[in-house]
Amino acid sequence: MDVAIVGIGIHPFGRTPARTGLQQGAYAARAALKDAGVEWRDIQFAFGGSASAGSADALVNELGLTGIPFINVANGCATGGSSLISAYNAIKSGQYDIGLVAGFDKHDRGAFNADPKELGIGQWYGEVGMMMTTQFFAMKIQKYMHDYGISTDSLARVSEKSFINGAKNPNAWRREPIGLDEIKSATMVNDPLTKYMFCSPSEGGVALILCRADHASRYTRTPVYLKAASFRSRRFGSFEVFAPSQALQQVDGPTVDASRAAFEMAGVGPKDIDVMQLQDTEAGAEIMHMAENGFCEHGEQEHLLASGATHIDGRMPVNTDGGCIANGEPIGASGLRQVYENVAQLRGAAGERQVPGDPKLAYTHVYGAPGISAVTILQK
Amino acid sequence: MPHQVPIAEGLFTWPADQPALLCSRCQHCGIASFPVADSCMACSGQEVSVEELPNQGTLWTWTVQHFMPKTPYNSGETMETFKPYGVGYVELPGGVRVEGRLTESDPQKLQIGMPMEVVFAPYRTDDDGNEVISFFFRPVQ
Repeated sequence: MDVAIVGIGIHPFGRTPARTGLQQGAYAARAALKDAGVEWRDIQFAFGGSASAGSADALVNELGLTGIPFINVANGCATGGSSLISAYNAIKSGQYDIGLVAGFDKHDRGAFNADPKELGIGQWYGEVGMMMTTQFFAMKIQKYMHDYGISTDSLARVSEKSFINGAKNPNAWRREPIGLDEIKSATMVNDPLTKYMFCSPSEGGVALILCRADHASRYTRTPVYLKAASFRSRRFGSFEVFAPSQALQQVDGPTVDASRAAFEMAGVGPKDIDVMQLQDTEAGAEIMHMAENGFCEHGEQEHLLASGATHIDGRMPVNTDGGCIANGEPIGASGLRQVYENVAQLRGAAGERQVPGDPKLAYTHVYGAPGISAVTILQK
Repeated sequence: MPHQVPIAEGLFTWPADQPALLCSRCQHCGIASFPVADSCMACSGQEVSVEELPNQGTLWTWTVQHFMPKTPYNSGETMETFKPYGVGYVELPGGVRVEGRLTESDPQKLQIGMPMEVVFAPYRTDDDGNEVISFFFRPVQ
């Protein structure tokens, strides 16, 4: 039994002081229900997550107490992906016909401040100032630039594109284009990354309605099928965030593993993908993730970016909705935002940011602490 | 001279004439871990021995932290007195790559592959007036 996505809803990302994270999640859920033309009482199960805005299952207080099983999911940046995999399996197994996946969040301003104890790391690691995701991404791209000849211009080009795409997305947070020179000369946060190269913690909500594929035509004329959903954690020897040390021998990270598993599950390859949303915690992450997900060779990004290949009208459009850089990162909602965007693209309903040429296959990828990755492949 | 205490027990030998970072080494697969762990992340083995890591290595990658982190950062600095600091992974031959603060914070003076050595120095003063000792990596002159 295949699984289809028949409803999508989003609450605009950014800052919405008037609504709690939970209310933003409920807003997205109502939009998704309306999109699928179903009522909340028709939904048989739900999975959802939020890192900083309370328990996702409190959504039933907003939407109505119907008695359904609503399971909370907490997997850092892969929370949305994990919810989606859970819902996929619940339908694939034949247990349920239709369900909801939701993610929302509302973070304080400024960088995340993770607690070392929650990850089994000594308090000293945080005290000396190394419990910082931004440092990891900076050190990973620093090494990558050294090894594969990636320039600072390439970092700036990623952000430039994110803001161009964000300007075309009514739900994005950052909606003003920013020039290359301004990006490069902005305040340095963690060398080699300036403030316009990083995404910021933000707010937002996304919800999806999934159903068994043979029921999809009841709800929509444009069903999108979830052909693959994979999740991997780090293996020994991969270079990961929040690691007081790492092995001398390096192996591929969880992104590579999750990507391979997803392509195998879907029976397609990187060259078949028409549009992709890749984790861009910062500009360097997008560059590295292009190669780690199999879309190019290491180092090839330099000329791909210079030639505009990753723009909406390029041959491999990346982060068409502006990605994390233009949307910010509400942890619980971020991965589902990527899926929302891909469904919109495959429906041909992405408006100003629509990828030309009738895209048929779309790819999402998230990466997060403490070394996890989730991938989906959607097909229309 | 104020009393000196290590920032965490078991991270490095202290007090010692020639202090050194400590790692655990798996008796099954030979993989080293820093800090010392009860089991091996590579093979799940539970027989580990503790040994000293070499004091010199090479800079594998680095960055500079330009803004003051929120708690749990605890350096005794304020927003006004905060100074940017370098962070890097130093590859200690035969051991492991250890992440640590660098004594150098000028990006122009940091380069992947440069030789580094571990040093032990006061990091902050605790509530009891003790000097809290931590480890840092310093470019070899």
